[in-house]
Amino acid sequence: MKKLLLITLIALLALSLIQCDGEKKKATKELELLGAGASFPYPLYSKMFSEYFKANSIKINYQAIGSGGGIRQLTAKTVDFGGTDAFMKEKDLSATDGEILHMPTCIGAVSVTYNLPNNPELNFTGKIITDIFLGKITKWNDSAIKKENQDVKLPDEKITVIHRSDGSGTSFVFTDYLSKTSTEWKTKVGAGKSLSWPVGLGGKGNPGVAGLIKQIPGSIGYVELIYAEQNDLPVAKIQNKSGNFIRPSLESSSLSAQIDIPEDTRITITDTDAAEGYPISSFTWLIFYKEQSYNNRTKEKAETLIQLLNWMIHDGQKYPTELGYASLPASAIEKSKLIIKKVTFNGTNLVK
Amino acid sequence: MELTLSNNNKITISSNSIKYSDNWKLGENIFNSVLTGSGIMIIMIVIGIFLTLILSSLPSIKQFGINFVTGTTWDPVFERFGALPFIAGTLITSFLALLISIPFSIAISILLGEYFKRGIFSGFIKSMTELLAGVPSVIFGFWGIFFLVPIVREFEKILGITAYGIGIFSSSIILAIMIIPFSASVGREVIELVPSDIKEAAYAMGATRYEVIKKIVLPYAKSGIFAGIILSLGRALGETMAVTMLIGNFNKMPTSIFAPANTMASVIANEFSESTFELYTSSLIEIGVLLFIVSTVINLIGKWVIKRMVVR
Repeated sequence: MKKLLLITLIALLALSLIQCDGEKKKATKELELLGAGASFPYPLYSKMFSEYFKANSIKINYQAIGSGGGIRQLTAKTVDFGGTDAFMKEKDLSATDGEILHMPTCIGAVSVTYNLPNNPELNFTGKIITDIFLGKITKWNDSAIKKENQDVKLPDEKITVIHRSDGSGTSFVFTDYLSKTSTEWKTKVGAGKSLSWPVGLGGKGNPGVAGLIKQIPGSIGYVELIYAEQNDLPVAKIQNKSGNFIRPSLESSSLSAQIDIPEDTRITITDTDAAEGYPISSFTWLIFYKEQSYNNRTKEKAETLIQLLNWMIHDGQKYPTELGYASLPASAIEKSKLIIKKVTFNGTNLVK
Repeated sequence: MELTLSNNNKITISSNSIKYSDNWKLGENIFNSVLTGSGIMIIMIVIGIFLTLILSSLPSIKQFGINFVTGTTWDPVFERFGALPFIAGTLITSFLALLISIPFSIAISILLGEYFKRGIFSGFIKSMTELLAGVPSVIFGFWGIFFLVPIVREFEKILGITAYGIGIFSSSIILAIMIIPFSASVGREVIELVPSDIKEAAYAMGATRYEVIKKIVLPYAKSGIFAGIILSLGRALGETMAVTMLIGNFNKMPTSIFAPANTMASVIANEFSESTFELYTSSLIEIGVLLFIVSTVINLIGKWVIKRMVVR
């Protein structure tokens, strides 16, 4: 009996040794990139990276731990790139050791959804949404809502505001829009991933918010457009800067990015001048170091990263719309190319 | 790989000690030191957790001082952090849950410890309460959202208050259900331990069953029952997932027991992954420190009360 046990143990030991050896060989042969960050683009990234692996057999490991986590991991230099839904502030950028670049990968939109009898399609202005979320408009038949929705019969029902309880890029995009359209919102609440909400209930994640809205009659909240579409939630048309009421869609959110994009692509595309653009849209970015030779990284690794970034804004751009994200407009792709050109290894540019 | 090796070693040693009985002292010593080592390790882990929490929360302790505990604003955008709403939310939900659960858990303890000690019925209830303790909290949260919340909402409509359904009241009910198994099983055990000779003496003097329970069993077992309740309170204080799903996550001071609020564990779970700057992260960690302290203080008070309750 004991002998048998001993033999089994030795056999197991030998097996594990063989396996370890096998993994080691694999690791040296194959380059692997490590990324971490935003969970919003995760379905897109996992599709992109699996396609990329099929085409180039380079493994990319992306962990959707949240934008904050992505930024923390990149500043700690434990990953090759990070993902974030909100660009890093000037203050945080200057605090890092080495310059960090932002490259947009796709566009997402946040839609306003609600629970009313028969769920009519509503028109909202920025002012109406702000006043509802500030707790100033408390009834659905308020004259301000009536004014923009004359054909809709609005009930005499109390409005229950639903927002995200967890820190989220979705909240950032939504409140960034509110801050741009209302100075009162900007000074009282501001824009951020977690906020001090004046009124309302918090739900965890898009499913949490949508679940509460479905349950509470007369409630209103915001979810990612993809989530609203996948779950057939009613969405409101929102008035943009040019005065048009725009229904949220892949096209209209992509259109909102057709503006002058700055060199570093760090811009929020909420409430833009684009006449047909949906005003609550946003880029999501990959972030990485401009100088790639940190922590004894190899030049090969840096080049692999550049190849991946290039692929994502070229061939990779056919995947966003497939998965419910809006693809980048040409102007944003041009700017992204320039960003990639900035990347260096030991001071020499990697892309000529 | 290493694990296999050390397992291997242990096996050889133990077989040696059986073979050569004069070698028993070595095995004894090893056994002894393993036990002591584990004990010391537990102490180290607890102290280590507390120290790292304190260290990582230093920035927010420096910045806010005592105002962190008394402040009622939690505003990550303007970087003002006060934890009082969460402390209040945690204490209110936990104690309300305790209040709701006590009658049920004591009733179950008496039923299983005194009336149906053995038998199919008792076995069934016992395994059901144990099952209740093993259900993952996220399932309690789901059940709460789809079943309990609509009922509470109707109840709130009858009361004429804003009918959210979710809020402190709903979370307390769920917490009560979650903690009943803990206090009930401890209660059952101590009630079973009440010596039968004093019970029989009471019966012999003509006491009814109710009188025996009231005058003999409960006074005798009260410190144990209380210990079970403290244990269940600890569980309620730290519960995260089910509460997050039902409490409404409103980061301001609660206005009534039907209002939405938030708890310490819940706000940490909600906001930690997107806390992008140091002060924010360290404020969340400081809430963790406060939760640690609150749990410890309540446990110490509980122990003190149990000591005073022991029948002399």
